[in-house]
Amino acid sequence: MELKVNGKKTPFDGATLQELLAHLELAPDAQGVAVAVNGEVVTRGEWRARALCDGDAVEIVRAVQGG
Amino acid sequence: MTVPQTPPEDALVIAGRAFASRLIIGTSRYSDPETMLAAIEASGAEMVTVSIRRLNLQDRSAESPIGLLRDRYTILPNTAACFTAREAVLTAKLAREALGTNWVKLEVIGDEDTLFPDVPELLKAAEQLLADGFTVLPYCNDDPVTCRKLSDMGCAAVMPLGAPIGSGMGIRNPYNLRIIRDQVSVPLIVDAGVGTASDAALALELGADGILLNTAVAQAENPVRMARAMRLAVEAGRLAYRAGRIPRRLYAAASSPEEGMIERDAID
Repeated sequence: MELKVNGKKTPFDGATLQELLAHLELAPDAQGVAVAVNGEVVTRGEWRARALCDGDAVEIVRAVQGG
Repeated sequence: MTVPQTPPEDALVIAGRAFASRLIIGTSRYSDPETMLAAIEASGAEMVTVSIRRLNLQDRSAESPIGLLRDRYTILPNTAACFTAREAVLTAKLAREALGTNWVKLEVIGDEDTLFPDVPELLKAAEQLLADGFTVLPYCNDDPVTCRKLSDMGCAAVMPLGAPIGSGMGIRNPYNLRIIRDQVSVPLIVDAGVGTASDAALALELGADGILLNTAVAQAENPVRMARAMRLAVEAGRLAYRAGRIPRRLYAAASSPEEGMIERDAID
């Protein structure tokens, strides 16, 4: 399938969000990050169960400097 | 993060949490992380703002300096650069998931040049976030009606601007801030536009409970020195407010006694 990850077209041949994030070296115990799929937050407890579909938009964020 | 056992004298209390410092400071626009850390330390602030942005998936080597702050300061995530309620609500929820806090500095921007809030979207976002259990500190314009609405709906504070973000123009409308102070019972934090120490002192003298600033310190020629100045200014302004100033008079009121003056005619 093809996903959009942080705005970039990304091929993915896994099934779940957790697999995608593991591929990006992000484990569920990773500190300070958060993930949304198609505009909805997916908590780390839900990563394993969340199946991804072709065309899904995934946003992976963390805290940075801000005013 | 220090957790005082008894609240400090004259503490700033927001949503039941007491802060000894009435200065909240931002973490952006510093020349380097070391300067940022030193300036925040010099400011005496106990709460700092951060924003939420995409992880750089191509280059993971750049560590966000925010990690250095989490143990020492209360982190207040913002929804900067959100232009709709939907974006702001999603950003706040991502911040909550990333940082484990339900406090949010809510920004919903209506104009790219002034960065003034989009008030209808701000009110919509505030309502949604409050319903979802967030502690909402909304950045807003210095409009008493908007501030009253935000306060009435349950926001933990109101954060009217002094002037546009990063403009350094100071307190453009002290009269509106005094009206807001009169009409709103939640903490009033002047957020945006502070340029130098006297602006900060003025905000506190007008009755604001605190100020939030970033650019004034981060972009000063000497950020650590300016941070120290802001700390003193906030303390001075608050003390002056509590001291009860004299009124302004059109005419003089002599400050030395009238009686006991030597005879004017006796002088050759």
